[in-house]
Amino acid sequence: MAVIEIKQVAKSFGSFTALHSVDLTIADQEFMVLLGASGCGKTTLLRIIAGLETPTTGEVWIGGRRVDHLPPRERGIAMVFQNYAVFPHLTVFENIAFGLRMKKVPQAEVDRRVKRTAELMHIEQLLKRYSGQLSGGQRQRVAVARALAMEPDVILMDEPLSNLDALLRLEMRAELKGVLAESKTTTIYVTHDQVEAMSLADRISVMNGGRIVQAANPVEVYRNPAARFVGSFIGNPPMNFLTAQPAGAGKWQVAGQVFDGPAAAAAEFAIRPEDLHPSESGLPAEVRVVEPLGPHTLVTASVAGQPFRAVLESTLTPRPGDMIHLAPVPDRIRWFDPATQSAL
Amino acid sequence: MPRMLPYLLLLPATAFLCLFFLYPFVQVAHDSVMRNAAYTLENFTRMAGHWKFSTAFWNTMLLAAVVVPIQLAMALTMASIVTKLQRGRSSILYIFAIPLGISDLAAGLIWLSVFEQSGFLNSLLVGLGVVDQPILLLGYQNTWVIFIAIVLAEVWRATAIMMVILVAGMGLIPKEYGEAADVFGASRWQKFRRVTLPMLKPSLQTALILRVILAFEVFAVVVALGGTQLPVLMSETYHWQFQMQERGVAAAFAMVILAVSVAFTILILRLLHVPKGARV
Amino acid sequence: MTETTTIRRAGNRVFIAGVALLILWVLLPIWLLFVNALSAPAEVTGFPKRIIPSFNLDSLSFFFGFSGVIDALWNSVKVASVTMILSIGVGAPAGYALSRFDFPGKEVFRFLVVMTRAFPLPLLALPLAVMFIRTGLDDTILGLALVHTTLALPFAVLITYSLFSGIPLELEEAAWTLGCNRVQAFIKVILPLAAPGIAASAVFAFVISWNEVFAAAVLTIENRTLTAFLLQSLDVSPLPLKFAGGAALVLPALFFIFAVRKYLFAMWGIANR
Repeated sequence: MAVIEIKQVAKSFGSFTALHSVDLTIADQEFMVLLGASGCGKTTLLRIIAGLETPTTGEVWIGGRRVDHLPPRERGIAMVFQNYAVFPHLTVFENIAFGLRMKKVPQAEVDRRVKRTAELMHIEQLLKRYSGQLSGGQRQRVAVARALAMEPDVILMDEPLSNLDALLRLEMRAELKGVLAESKTTTIYVTHDQVEAMSLADRISVMNGGRIVQAANPVEVYRNPAARFVGSFIGNPPMNFLTAQPAGAGKWQVAGQVFDGPAAAAAEFAIRPEDLHPSESGLPAEVRVVEPLGPHTLVTASVAGQPFRAVLESTLTPRPGDMIHLAPVPDRIRWFDPATQSAL
Repeated sequence: MPRMLPYLLLLPATAFLCLFFLYPFVQVAHDSVMRNAAYTLENFTRMAGHWKFSTAFWNTMLLAAVVVPIQLAMALTMASIVTKLQRGRSSILYIFAIPLGISDLAAGLIWLSVFEQSGFLNSLLVGLGVVDQPILLLGYQNTWVIFIAIVLAEVWRATAIMMVILVAGMGLIPKEYGEAADVFGASRWQKFRRVTLPMLKPSLQTALILRVILAFEVFAVVVALGGTQLPVLMSETYHWQFQMQERGVAAAFAMVILAVSVAFTILILRLLHVPKGARV
Repeated sequence: MTETTTIRRAGNRVFIAGVALLILWVLLPIWLLFVNALSAPAEVTGFPKRIIPSFNLDSLSFFFGFSGVIDALWNSVKVASVTMILSIGVGAPAGYALSRFDFPGKEVFRFLVVMTRAFPLPLLALPLAVMFIRTGLDDTILGLALVHTTLALPFAVLITYSLFSGIPLELEEAAWTLGCNRVQAFIKVILPLAAPGIAASAVFAFVISWNEVFAAAVLTIENRTLTAFLLQSLDVSPLPLKFAGGAALVLPALFFIFAVRKYLFAMWGIANR
């Protein structure tokens, strides 16, 4: 049972501001992913919640208790580190038992919990080994098992999969999701990998420049980016943006075509590359590069002199230099304010 | 509390260094200009006026000037060898590093066993028929032999320090640079001259500073091999402090050694300066 | 093709010969000292010398029976042990602070430590002799150990700094999140990992003190260490005594360097940064 509340937390390192007054509430048992590029403040925020950094201003509440003045050990959290931090001088068993021993849990209970979490993470055959005898994936499992054995209210994860190779990452991702859903803890998970974020999260907080730009469920973040940054950061390839000229009465002219839009002084037109299909009445696009990717074809083109990408059916194979017309799916068109960069 | 922690941890070491490093140096500087409770330069004039001073000064300088370049060349050679070795690297490194743990007094005694009149060098010379009977090598008639013996002992003893620093420095240079030089057609010597040496500058700096300062401090080796026949600054300091009981003059000597050390440190730092962006 | 292989083979031979020569250069003089130490006094002063010792222990027993030698040896051990404990006890916390914290004044401290290397430290003994007389530390084990600690402390700080820096901060943080306070995390996680390196730097501090001549000779009169004893009796003592004494100085050093060989680089390599 732990709701996490972050109230106006800010953090500066000297003259550099890592976090600008962040507010965020994470529900009990929620899986929250902090997503952003490196240097956006996501790890700083996680470390503040863990108690490894002190916020310059603001409050952190866990389970209805203000914790920002408490050391990590008194916060009821467990953490999985990017480099696993499996103690090299202890066996896997003692690593998993480490936190329990600090809490002076009786031996029988230590044995039971270590065994259970080791089985959960499929490492029961490694209990006698040392860290140096484990692969990266196995170390990762030990680190997660060590956190789970604490039966914490909150598990914090700092890019736990980023040091694994691609295949292993895929496997661990699915496994983590299952294990954490079962453990019923609140989870905060930091990553720069949008696919990881989409696949794991109940909610994603997209961060940029020390601020949370949008906190919403993955589909919402993808479909309705709250800001231009979210659209350009999430999605591969990212959202297309085109300048738009007002044509009166909520109508906007984009590359010679007229679309219904918001009533605003200025607006920018946006559309995801997969929400386009060839049509005579579409946006005129001059093809630059064609990349057949198997399931579909990625076309990089130029629309009114601006770069523009479209994901088309693999049966369509335009050539560089061709003029094609791409029509957006009407209800997938989004509009952003060029001044504030937020959605209209 | 956490903000104070680092200072708390540094406190003992800082206090120690202030009490036993900074304070004594201020004190020795003070002593050097103090005589009969009055400020004076008499200590320095007495020091400079003594007939042994300039001999001691120039002996020290000459020793450093001969010893340090030989050591630098040898240390570079040894470090290159150790770096290049594939088998037996650690045992050879250990052997090369042995003199590091040997005191200068012991080194002096080791070379005394070679150079004394009934020593191994005379045994060899007589055995080879070069001379008919053992000759007095470390006598006042030929101080140049004493000088050579000191040079050998110093080179033998203190090359290891430089070697270890340089091996560590070479280990920091990524292999790719050497390989890149190979690809661009550099010969072994060119590679050493144009790639290894410039990248080794920071280590060279450290090694040279340490070595040059130790060279100015040369003492026990000189006493063990030459007694008082080849005065150097440090032995004169000892002499004035003990035999003459003239602490002020001893302090003046200390100031000279200090001044030379600092001057050369600055010189080496200047000569081997590496701009911040150009480091490995 | 064959020509280059011949050149390479010749180059290899030169290389091996060079290595052999350098090994001989280092080991032969030590061997000669031990030849003298393990020969009878008459052989030591006799001529010509043989390169194989007669394994006669008379020189050594003469040395150890000489008045003051055992005391000097014991004093050396005591001074070196105190130096070792002091320099690690004072230096390791500083090394830890440097490796784990960023704080105003950090660079000043590092500069102070590095600066000690640009000064001829044995000279410290001169003013300290007076200070010790005033405080009653003159001619004591502790007094000399304090000076030797000043020599060893910069190394202790820099070695432990590099040691602790080599242990990822994440390990310590993991321990904190798993219920440790700072002290517990240090004892349970950092100390076991750093122990061999700390031991090595302790041995190194011991060697520095064991070998030091000038300060020992200036600061001790009754309680001479072995180096001070040998130095001050140089012009009066017979050759067998000198060589046996030299061997007694060298032998422990061989073991010490062997014990710390893995950490030689940590001691000097970090000097680059």
